[in-house]
Amino acid sequence: MKKDMVILIAEDDAGHFQLIKKNLWLSCTEYDILQFKDGQQVLDFLFKNRRMYLEEKKQYILLLDIRMPKVDGLEVLRRIKADEKLRSIPVMMLTTTSEVSMVEQCYELQCSFYIVKPVDYHHFMETVQNLGEFLSLGGIRMPSIGKMKN
Amino acid sequence: MTKDVVILVGEDDEGHFELIRKNLLRAGVSNEMHRLANGQEILDFFLTMSKRPKQKHNGQKYILLLDIRIPKVDGVEVLEKIKQDKIFLKLPVIILTVADGPHTIEQCYNLGCNTYIVKPTEHEDFEETIQKIGRFLSVVEVASVK
Repeated sequence: MKKDMVILIAEDDAGHFQLIKKNLWLSCTEYDILQFKDGQQVLDFLFKNRRMYLEEKKQYILLLDIRMPKVDGLEVLRRIKADEKLRSIPVMMLTTTSEVSMVEQCYELQCSFYIVKPVDYHHFMETVQNLGEFLSLGGIRMPSIGKMKN
Repeated sequence: MTKDVVILVGEDDEGHFELIRKNLLRAGVSNEMHRLANGQEILDFFLTMSKRPKQKHNGQKYILLLDIRIPKVDGVEVLEKIKQDKIFLKLPVIILTVADGPHTIEQCYNLGCNTYIVKPTEHEDFEETIQKIGRFLSVVEVASVK
């Protein structure tokens, strides 16, 4: 079941993306990891030609930055959770923004979890490793997106 | 997760609760923890809170670890009732159960659980799972109930 999990990462900072990918891979070795450089790219992937990109059998999870060019993470979250099919995709915020109002807003919009990127490099790595170990738990179950129309 | 987050554990099995408490602690999670032993106790806990004047529960943060097969009211119904109340919409709920049917899993996600984890049957795996959950929770921000 694990092999069917795809981790989507929306992250405009190339350095952050590398760090996230590298540290997730320490535990999530069997998962596919896809990068999107801004909010528009991830929306295109999810909303345009869904049948082409999204596979019913696979399970997706999105790690979402907030401050990104073109479309910000908050809007991406809002669009996903307003879509009848895509709303089941777990979205975890992974951002430098730590304002309480932003945390509240994201949970209101039904993000699964909100994680603040630590400024310190080693803490950042450790945080992503903790996330990776959680996502690779043998007992974790994710929803499938079901049949895609479009 | 800051130290002021209270961890509620909806769990009828006292042995499991002790394992959960002990291994969260091992993972460095020393937050206040409460066991609610059946579905009715959980609902009563939240009902009492939602009836309190706003300023009394404003700012308090909770995380709920919820078993499904619990007496009186089962976990799925508890989840449904909690997520219907807009005060608790933002409360993270982690389902932690032996139930592993695809139907139940889909149902819980549809009702708004934040994540779904099946309890491993092996004692050591169970302990390790809880520790990993603990280390994950340490890096998560939680919103307060309002």
